Amino acid sequence: MIDSVSRAEQTPGERLPYVELGMKDEEYQRVRDILGRRPTSSELAIYSVMWSEHCSYKSSKVHLRQFGTKAPKSEALLVGMGENAGVVDIGDGWAATFKIESHNHPSYVEPHQGAATGVGGIVRDIMSMGARPVAVMDALRFGAADAPDTRRVLPGVVEGISSYGNCLGLPNIGGELAFDPCYIGNPLVNALCVGLLRKDQIKLATAPGPGNKVVLFGALTGPDGIGGASVLASATFEDGSETKRPSVQVGDPFMEKLLIECCLELFQADVVVGIQDLGAAGVSCATTELAANGTGGMDVQLDLVPLRDPTLRPEEILMSESQERMMAVVTPADIPAFLEICAKWDIPATVIGEVTDTKRLVMTWHGETIVDLPPGTAANEGPVYERPFHEPEGQSALNADDPARLARPDDLRATLLRLLGSPNLASKEWVTGQYDRYVRGNTVLAQPADAGVLRVSEVMPGATETNRGIALATDGNGRYARLDPYAGAQLALAESYRNVAVTGARPLAVTNCLNFGSPEDPEVMWQFAEAVRGLADACKALGVPVTGGNVSFYNQTGAAPIHPTPVVGVLGVLEDVRRRVPSGFTGLGERVVLLGETADEFGGSQWAQVDHDHLGGLPPAVNLEAERALATVLVEAATRGLLTGSHDLSDGGLAIAIAEACLANDVGCVVTLPGDDAFTDLFSESASRALVTVVPESFHAFAELCSVHEVPCSTLGVTGGSSLVVEGVLDIPLPELRQTHESPLPALFG
Amino acid sequence: MSAARVGVVTFPGTLDDQDAARAVRHAGGEAVPLWHADTDLKGVDALFLPGGFSYGDYLRCGAISRFAPLMGEVVRAAGAGLPVLGTCNGFQILCEAHLLPGALVRNGGLHYVCRDQRLRIESTDTPWTSGYTAGQEVVIPIKHGEGRYVAAPDTIDALEAGGQVVVRYLGNPNGSLNDIAGIRNEAGNVVGLMPHPEHAVEDLTGGPGTDGLGFFTSILKKLVNA
Repeated sequence: MIDSVSRAEQTPGERLPYVELGMKDEEYQRVRDILGRRPTSSELAIYSVMWSEHCSYKSSKVHLRQFGTKAPKSEALLVGMGENAGVVDIGDGWAATFKIESHNHPSYVEPHQGAATGVGGIVRDIMSMGARPVAVMDALRFGAADAPDTRRVLPGVVEGISSYGNCLGLPNIGGELAFDPCYIGNPLVNALCVGLLRKDQIKLATAPGPGNKVVLFGALTGPDGIGGASVLASATFEDGSETKRPSVQVGDPFMEKLLIECCLELFQADVVVGIQDLGAAGVSCATTELAANGTGGMDVQLDLVPLRDPTLRPEEILMSESQERMMAVVTPADIPAFLEICAKWDIPATVIGEVTDTKRLVMTWHGETIVDLPPGTAANEGPVYERPFHEPEGQSALNADDPARLARPDDLRATLLRLLGSPNLASKEWVTGQYDRYVRGNTVLAQPADAGVLRVSEVMPGATETNRGIALATDGNGRYARLDPYAGAQLALAESYRNVAVTGARPLAVTNCLNFGSPEDPEVMWQFAEAVRGLADACKALGVPVTGGNVSFYNQTGAAPIHPTPVVGVLGVLEDVRRRVPSGFTGLGERVVLLGETADEFGGSQWAQVDHDHLGGLPPAVNLEAERALATVLVEAATRGLLTGSHDLSDGGLAIAIAEACLANDVGCVVTLPGDDAFTDLFSESASRALVTVVPESFHAFAELCSVHEVPCSTLGVTGGSSLVVEGVLDIPLPELRQTHESPLPALFG
Repeated sequence: MSAARVGVVTFPGTLDDQDAARAVRHAGGEAVPLWHADTDLKGVDALFLPGGFSYGDYLRCGAISRFAPLMGEVVRAAGAGLPVLGTCNGFQILCEAHLLPGALVRNGGLHYVCRDQRLRIESTDTPWTSGYTAGQEVVIPIKHGEGRYVAAPDTIDALEAGGQVVVRYLGNPNGSLNDIAGIRNEAGNVVGLMPHPEHAVEDLTGGPGTDGLGFFTSILKKLVNA
């Protein structure tokens, strides 16, 4: 039996399984108040998914507002938060759109498909802005590298990203891989995509113009990811349709590739008024958001949705998260052209409804009205919670547990090798070697470079050529954020910002993926509130606005949440991409120069973790003025061609940065440490530092540039030879360094 | 004199077509886009079948593409001596279409491999490799999950005896028999390669250096001189 609006009116007392769908009593009551009656099961399906934490940001909204209120003035920002992805002006008429999103929980349940569909989802967000997706990257975090479950989850996640991304034809140009026992039951799989478009071709998720048609196109709708809907089916219906359904979606990258090319042709032909991808909450989300952001009304004939499984009920269709689907608003006159382009790419496309000015979203099922609601109430006016928060118990004891008490090593050679061979600092080639980093032919830098760099070229037919390039990096450090979430979020931004700047790109804008435990735990909520406050303040100080992102809560097993893990992505622009700076040593006899100041800072450091399994004290001090000055020097020096190599200092400090720089092109070096304490010089993780190489003839000009911007600059030595030599401290032949760096991951994961 | 015209074929799921066209232009030729559903080769002087995952490669790689309407023309033209180069998925399609012997199967290590690969050019008597010197060592990226070249023992013997092995791996990345990275047909006009020369034509992008450019300059020189 279909639960129609008229049936709902006739059976006001019928109990619906809103609790099973995750709704609170007061939330359900609000739905009743909005509708003036009980919701139909289809309406309940819509409200329950749209008001879920994932879609409504009900616990995070009050904090996320700071990204708007504290946003720095930026002329580059074309589209800010709230759309599918932010858009920034990168010059010469070009714009870039980028966003990072989590797919944590599905990737734990089914690593391959969970990670694959994470890539697919973020790529469609970028497409729906009118852009051609041009690259992806992934920020991954797993439990201890040698834990049995990590051997299940990691290879599956990597294979999922590899098979989906490679088949889709998008280069994977970077990202992160980190291990910590806190992620054992809650791996973090954060996927980022960047797209390019002409500035005047931005598309928005909106459905204006009564009479315009609503087209669903892409893959057929099947029973994917509708765990919740089966609750509805079993509670409301008696015919036993509640078969076990997969709760993780299955991806088809081939369909997604066709969808990309099809969408770009549709945009070129100018036959799209508004567009929205179907992700979480599928048809529910696309119809309510398009309608709410347009003229305000929409009529949909839900039985016209093309199905992979003809037994699907309307509630299931509304909640299905089948992948590779898009919804467009098209004028009646353009419908034939629209459908013809879809047919060329073998993409099923169906007109399922029409835009109205009734301010109501009305859906019918074989003639019966099953949904009649004001779309804004589902899309934008969900519940908002001011969750209580307080500093975690034991936070001050944690901060008081200073790593100064830890025994420091005598043999620094052995320490360097131990760190370089630890899973967090070892070569990630085992992972990145499974990703296509070259497809589309515009990859200038990719992993293990500090940031991925792309040439802006041949994105759209007929577009003007430019020498511009874009750079992208993501960073996060859960250990720092656990010690101080305010500073930890700022350090994540600072590192990402620095990673972009070392390539010579000017940082422009920010996206973030905020991974936390349960918001219902006041201690987790404190971590979240502090991290958002820290990030918003730092974005303001560095002049880079947040353009969008994603919050992932409930990353916890039992009472144990993950470390608070804000992951921050920064996009930068190179006016002439040919001036990009690689991250390793390239030539012989070049000066090796350290920029920035080194203090004794080991709280949350890799050394504390590897040698003492210790987490305590405070993370490195944040100095955003210094960070900004450093970036200014790096970008200007690159633009003037003063640098031959430039590498960020972060996890593991100077020792790891020098080792990585040597290994990039098998070029050794001989350096002398500047301070009196070799251990601190080598392994401290002080922020706002970089290692650069300068040819002797450029050194004077470079030193002057540093002094103008008050960036401390000390010459450590010269490049050359076949060993990493720190005078009076250590001497490691490059083959030994390479073996130590490259063997750990293959040994762990085959 | 107008530039030589090299057709670049796009199947649904082809990924490296833009790269191949750029490489043709970079070498001084004109790239002519060809669509799988057409039956017209537009009078091109040579053909390039780029890499990708045509039809998702959900069946055997290249197994569906060989039935594309355009492939009938490709087979006919190849038989008539038109130079044809297939890389990666293009190589797989050429094998499925029986323009080249053998097959490409799952890598020995089971993983997809993307790396800058050392290779040796074994044969310069094809229109695609005439600009190299025999025995020349080059670095060109590979990126594939199913690139292990296999064939019956007598086929391998015949390839070796006939000088039909065009490129060999130095440090076999996928378990290919006899380290084979690329072969040609008996006539020499059809060449299949797993490596991607189109990703090694510029210093700024792709793999290190421009070692792949020779495939494109070879054919264009040949066509211009013809």
